[in-house]
Amino acid sequence: MIDTENLTRKFGDLTAVENLTLHVDDGEVFGFLGPNGAGKTTTVRMLCCLISKTSGVARVANYEVGNEADSLKIRKIIGLVPDNVGIYDNLTAYENLDFYGKLYKCTKSQRKENLKRFLVMLGLWEKKDVMAGTFSKGMKQKLAIARALIHDPEILFMDEPTANLDPESAKTVREFIVQLKREKKTIFLNTHNLDEAQRICDRIGILNTKLRAFGTPEELEQSVGPRKTTIQLEQINDAILNSLGKLSLGNISRDENKLTVELANPYKENPLVIRAIVEAGANVQTVSVSSSSLEDAYLRLARERE
Amino acid sequence: MNLQASWVIATKEFKIFRRKRTIIYGTILFPLLLAILFPLVIIYAGGKSTGGIPPAALPPLMNAFSFFFVIAAGILPNAIATYAIVGEKVEKSLEPLLATPTTEVEVLLGKGIAAFIPPMVATWVGASIYMVLMDRVTFSKLSYLYYPNWTIGIILLVLAPLAAILSIEISVLASSRVSDVRAANTIGGLMFIPFMIIYLASEIGVIDLNNSNLLIISGAFLIADVALSYFSVATFHREEILTKWK
Repeated sequence: MIDTENLTRKFGDLTAVENLTLHVDDGEVFGFLGPNGAGKTTTVRMLCCLISKTSGVARVANYEVGNEADSLKIRKIIGLVPDNVGIYDNLTAYENLDFYGKLYKCTKSQRKENLKRFLVMLGLWEKKDVMAGTFSKGMKQKLAIARALIHDPEILFMDEPTANLDPESAKTVREFIVQLKREKKTIFLNTHNLDEAQRICDRIGILNTKLRAFGTPEELEQSVGPRKTTIQLEQINDAILNSLGKLSLGNISRDENKLTVELANPYKENPLVIRAIVEAGANVQTVSVSSSSLEDAYLRLARERE
Repeated sequence: MNLQASWVIATKEFKIFRRKRTIIYGTILFPLLLAILFPLVIIYAGGKSTGGIPPAALPPLMNAFSFFFVIAAGILPNAIATYAIVGEKVEKSLEPLLATPTTEVEVLLGKGIAAFIPPMVATWVGASIYMVLMDRVTFSKLSYLYYPNWTIGIILLVLAPLAAILSIEISVLASSRVSDVRAANTIGGLMFIPFMIIYLASEIGVIDLNNSNLLIISGAFLIADVALSYFSVATFHREEILTKWK
């Protein structure tokens, strides 16, 4: 659905995005993580044909970014929720959406149907005739999402959709994204929120001018380093230690009756470890897994440039 | 070019302006004031004892008065055009608008239409009232109806629209450089100066606002309109707006 190859954008001497190569599948929710100034918004703007690329190739739904004729086609099939919502304060919620529906050449019945559908889904239907200028940040954000969906786009680009929202509004927006995911919408989500990315996204890219990492949340967690399984035993003896030694695991450390074992894949290896030590006569009291989190991965990878 | 998209944008702007009372009042009141003020000047100027303004002095004076409708058409679009662009800048609504399948020219044209129609309609309505009142107060002296005539025709149908377009283009250029409506209005308000220079030049006898001179001025405005349209389109470019406009 979205493909880039060595996509680069420079502003004078400053390189905002360098050699970005990624692929987003149809119906996938792709999370783009990175610190401020990492090039996330620039990437979205390039993919939405709002700004040009300096070099490289980008394709959105097989249309080429940078090609004048394809740019209009791309803008027809995408929806954008920008960083700044950009709602018209002097228009009502209904008028805001109806205006965009007309720009996307939706028929009157399409506009009416989608408008109601999204305003109801986002809990704004009762406020449809209220001036958007009186809306809270969260309500404006929801309205911006409805606006981006009014023409039923194939791909939705969202730039920090939950930033600056109160927890309740952020939750509503996240739930809405999950609902769109169920409807198999392709979503390109720029976010700072690691928890949000982990919960919603199928795959994640960590950007800091260059793409530092790319994969599922689990793959990124594992890329930071091994996870540790800590086993509290009633008593540790040589037989137990020997049984673990035979399993060729990572580092094993002992602290009184507590064993800490580094495992590449604890979900696969934990049962083997537990079985081995139980067979060696151990009485297991507790087992806990301390994993490297997505946050660890993000912090390490995002800091690489510095 | 998709004119329908431009019209959609223009109607959206109309909706917003209808809710901006200062803009509505400003647009309606100025031409209306001219329409009422100038006939009053004719009635009361010169004093009753001297018989008022001599009939021979009336036509050049009325031509000079008529030119104020060009000034109105040149000034009034400024407020709307600057609001239409700087307002979007302030509300940060240009990015989602530019992400739609519309071209920059369509967006610019839509905003131009929105800034052009209300002031021109107000100017034409004001000028119509002015002509009726002027004919009424000058008929006894001139013994004929001075309006309508070719001069006011050139002023209202050629010069005033060209002045309005010039004003809109200058407002677009001004709006790209500033981030608040008032500053853009101030810069756009500089449009007043060349019009006043022409008016004053006519008053001190440097130029006569006869039909041929009005057509020459129209030609100059046309050249300026065409030249500035290129700059306006170049300024109103997606990339420029998103990366350079402050």
